[in-house]
Amino acid sequence: MTLSVVLFAVLSILAIASALVTITSKHPIRSAMGLVFHFFMLAGLYLTLSAQFIAALQVLVYAGAIMVLVIFVIMLLNLGDEEKLKYKVNPRQVIGIFLGAALLVMLGTIYVTNVSVAGFNKEIAANIGTAQFLGNELYTKYIFPVEAIGILLTAAIVGAIVLAKRKLN
Amino acid sequence: MSMEIIYGMPLFLIAALSVIVLLVDAFTGKNKAVAYYFSIISLLAVAVSAAISLNTNIPKSGFDTTITGNNITFGGYAAFFDIIFSLAGVMTIFASKPYMKREFKEYKEYYSLVMFAVAGMIMVSHANSMLMLFIGIELMSFSFYVLAGFIRTRITAVESSLKYFLLGSFASGFLVYGIAMIYGATGSMILPDILNKITTGNFDITYLKVGFALMLVGLAFKAAAFPFHQWAPDVYHGAPTVSTGFMSTAGKAAALIAFVIVAKSVLPVNISVESVTSGSLELSKFTDSARMVIAVISAITMLIGNISALVQKNVKRMLAYSSVAHAGYLLMGIVANNQDGWAGIMFYATAYLFMQIGSFVIVGIIEQNNERMNFDDYTGLRKNHPWIAALMAIFMFSLAGIPPFAGFPGKYMLFVAAVESGYTWLTIIAVISSVISMYFYIGLVLTMYFKDNENGLIITDISSAKIPLAISFVFVFLLGILPGSLIDLAKSLF
Repeated sequence: MTLSVVLFAVLSILAIASALVTITSKHPIRSAMGLVFHFFMLAGLYLTLSAQFIAALQVLVYAGAIMVLVIFVIMLLNLGDEEKLKYKVNPRQVIGIFLGAALLVMLGTIYVTNVSVAGFNKEIAANIGTAQFLGNELYTKYIFPVEAIGILLTAAIVGAIVLAKRKLN
Repeated sequence: MSMEIIYGMPLFLIAALSVIVLLVDAFTGKNKAVAYYFSIISLLAVAVSAAISLNTNIPKSGFDTTITGNNITFGGYAAFFDIIFSLAGVMTIFASKPYMKREFKEYKEYYSLVMFAVAGMIMVSHANSMLMLFIGIELMSFSFYVLAGFIRTRITAVESSLKYFLLGSFASGFLVYGIAMIYGATGSMILPDILNKITTGNFDITYLKVGFALMLVGLAFKAAAFPFHQWAPDVYHGAPTVSTGFMSTAGKAAALIAFVIVAKSVLPVNISVESVTSGSLELSKFTDSARMVIAVISAITMLIGNISALVQKNVKRMLAYSSVAHAGYLLMGIVANNQDGWAGIMFYATAYLFMQIGSFVIVGIIEQNNERMNFDDYTGLRKNHPWIAALMAIFMFSLAGIPPFAGFPGKYMLFVAAVESGYTWLTIIAVISSVISMYFYIGLVLTMYFKDNENGLIITDISSAKIPLAISFVFVFLLGILPGSLIDLAKSLF
């Protein structure tokens, strides 16, 4: 057992534990904190899989921006402990459980049968995760789409301002 | 290097100028004329640069380069559509100044949003990869969502904007999922690569089928084709009339050119004979059934659009339904799936753009406070405003496909292309639905000319809306009597 395998195991156990805390705790803030911890553990998992860029994005976007949003909403709604509701099984939950089980089975079969994907190369795959590789691709091969997305976002911001400007002067 | 910059000029210019117009807007403060004229001049500059790159002698299918990572194609049909889209933008801006002043307030953001929409359309026509295609469609749609709800004190406009946004983003989801599936099937986003892999049998047929089906849903929504057309009448009716004219013409043309670009690479015309394997047999089966599906969509779209337009009392809503029907006619070119069909789409999209923008501009100058849009309001228009009535009659004749106006040769090209590729039944349905459409187009003309009204309507303010009317009239007339040059050009570009 190398160090990375140990690290992977520890991080995954912590990730699962914090996910359980998120869905079982009664207080919304505690749930949210569980979620933040879960996001950090996931970022760690990405690092052990040599995907530094996704790990950084995970921390910046999810653990940073999205969590601030979640906690703001909790604050604005002024939520306390959740009240006990009558528990009813709704069809959405059944479908969700079914799909989750299907995903588990699928991942399990891939692990057990050890399928090899044609053209899969470990070194190339490890290289793709680095920020350097992504930056190189984005600013050489995909420079036009990147610039076009810049214009797209500008248009979206202008549109939002036009529609939401408070005063009609 | 330098040649590429000349060919790519329309794209680079519109991308830069659509952002610069915001800065011009910010630095000129209360002076509204500067941003107005700046956007008109920029769009004209784009049109001129596109005309230059259209005239240069370049390969038919465009011009791929390595500096652009093969994401963009230059010249050819892309340059032609650049001209059309920027002209549509110019006409919309001219028509919207008096309209917005009267109905709401003249905000300069309107002009920059029109420019952004034109930038999106130009990206679609220049797209050489699924990525650019998607970004272009999204840029166009984002601008449309805002243009539809621009008069935000008017409840119908807000409703139309929200409806368009919610349904449109859902359709975009389908589109991007389809692109992902096609990427999974072929391993490439670049359209010529996809075509190459498909013709050499180097792909996965199941994923290709699923991917094309999903893309078909997304694109049919953007073109307002059956069964994804229900949003169109509500959105086109609720939006400010000048925006409707722009969305229902240039937007539809952009969606159709996206359709052509996708169909050209995913539904290959000639499957290579030397590799007649079970795979290529399956591929030709897939191509045939895909064309059949599009043919059925096209037939139902034109019937539903025209039959629903029959019962409308409101001219704007009638035109909205008839624009659904026109999407059906345009789809016939995709069904034909050959050079003639694509050239037909190019011609008819051009003709349709001018006649439909022209008629929406007239609806816009007659309407007041979201009223005066019923057929009854048009009675006696001949007496007070003979010129407006005559122009409206010309646009109606052209939309109905009566020679010598632009609608006729366009429809003729599409119908012939469908017959020649073996879809005679589709052409019969198209002819029947054209006959149905005569009823309401000619009905409007009859209302204007033969029903008298003691106190006929008075139009107060036309001002710069004259310019788009003049442009529309010239093109509807010229393309009607001298279609040859554009037909030849269209056939040489595909």
